[in-house]
Amino acid sequence: MRHLVDALAWIADPARWPGPDGIATRLAEHLGYSVVGVLIACVIGIPAGWLVGHTRRGRGLAVGLSGAARALPTLGLVTLLGILLGIGLVGPVVAFVVLALPSVLAGAYAGVEAVDPLAVDGARASGMTEAQVLARVEIPLGMPLLVGGIRSAFLQVIATATLAAYVGAGGLGRYLFLGLKTQDYPQMLAASLLVVALALVCDVLFAVLQRVATPVGVRRP
Amino acid sequence: MSAISRRRLVGLAAVGGLGVLAGCSSSDPLGSAAPTAPGTAAAPGTAAPAGGGTIVVGSQQYYSNEIIAELYAQALEKAGHTVDRQYQIGQREVYLAELESGKVDVIPEYTGNLLQYYDKETQVSDSASVSAALGDALPDGLRVLEAAEASDQDSYTVTKAFADEHGLTTIADLAKAPQPVKLAANSEFASRPYGPDGAKETYGVDIELVPVEDSGGPLTVRALTDGTVQVADLYTADPAISKEGLVVLEDPEGLILPQNVVPLVSDKVDAAAAAAIEAVNAKLTASELQQLNARSVDEQARSADIAKDWLSQQGLA
Repeated sequence: MRHLVDALAWIADPARWPGPDGIATRLAEHLGYSVVGVLIACVIGIPAGWLVGHTRRGRGLAVGLSGAARALPTLGLVTLLGILLGIGLVGPVVAFVVLALPSVLAGAYAGVEAVDPLAVDGARASGMTEAQVLARVEIPLGMPLLVGGIRSAFLQVIATATLAAYVGAGGLGRYLFLGLKTQDYPQMLAASLLVVALALVCDVLFAVLQRVATPVGVRRP
Repeated sequence: MSAISRRRLVGLAAVGGLGVLAGCSSSDPLGSAAPTAPGTAAAPGTAAPAGGGTIVVGSQQYYSNEIIAELYAQALEKAGHTVDRQYQIGQREVYLAELESGKVDVIPEYTGNLLQYYDKETQVSDSASVSAALGDALPDGLRVLEAAEASDQDSYTVTKAFADEHGLTTIADLAKAPQPVKLAANSEFASRPYGPDGAKETYGVDIELVPVEDSGGPLTVRALTDGTVQVADLYTADPAISKEGLVVLEDPEGLILPQNVVPLVSDKVDAAAAAAIEAVNAKLTASELQQLNARSVDEQARSADIAKDWLSQQGLA
């Protein structure tokens, strides 16, 4: 219990929050890197996923690629990119995009694929173009699954963004590495608790978003 | 299931989770896990029968230190001892506790940093007096054997171009460059006596630490050569210094203590075992150590192979 109490006291110490090395800055960095990584993954993954889901083509390729991306060890990728591109933000963010992409892609195509074929046929029969079918039927009905994909991608990235500190980019990983190397377990535990808290808060926000993203007509009571 | 009982279950789960945390937190949560880092043969609990003639050789989480540990281990085996290898045991704060508690018997250390760990106020600065002071500073049950000529110390290293541009030869000259000077090192550098505070106090140089956590490895070197930082904390036995044509800044005030390679051993290491280790150490010169390291960096050779080749080359195997 001692370490847990120490860790909570570590977090509660107001002197640690402000300033360029303070917890507030590290939290903002951590959240910022996660958002940037997932946003880029969305820009790439969502259109690609919708296309795959709508045309039913390239599914094998998308599944294969995202499976391969899932298998990449993120610390290895961060180190490799750091050596290739230099230390700083670029390496970790690219690694986070690779980490987030499979879930986003899967959410996008699975959402579109899972739409009731009767609804799609009905839309076509009523004279909608393919683009209208996608935009007015498949995307709205597939939205909950897409948001679910983004939600799991975001959680994975938040949990992994501690690795940014390995190449000098800051984030909550700073406290983890420093605590690990100097055997300061309260500090490590405090950093872990902050990551957990951040992940939980974000997950709750996404749960709300997922509910809002479900079209009223298909919402479960 | 009613809503109330579900809520109760969640509450129970949360309390249970806290209980688990509390159970882990009454002692060092990583204390027993640390020696089983990748590369070790077995967990401490399942290791070869303790006691008897088994000597546990540990190493820092640093490839060069593991090579030296492997040299000691193979020399001990040659002398008829059973050796249990526990390599890559983190940094000083972690493995010294293991030595003090008797879980590790031999680890390659570096004179100056070891002395500063036990005696933060130490005033000595040359090799001989550091070794002498170490004898007094160590806790009971631990002793150091004869130090090697080879040293591997932290350094303030810059590129040739940066040194020429600002006319740098010593750490004090860094004050001539635009302040603060960015320096890449592990995050714990911030709390070391030769870290930013020491540089400010001794040489009047403002250092801004850029933490890169690979202990002077390729990421740190890359940050220095691509200009992200102006200074890097590289270890002087690092083959990258000669390969990249880097300049190690001189340290006339002795900010960084001499770091000769020295075996730190427990009472379990008797005279015969100590002699086997010292025979290795006697042959370990600065250039030999750089070459050993270069084989690991350039050829990705395993520490066991590097040690075997070197020992037979030196007539020790």
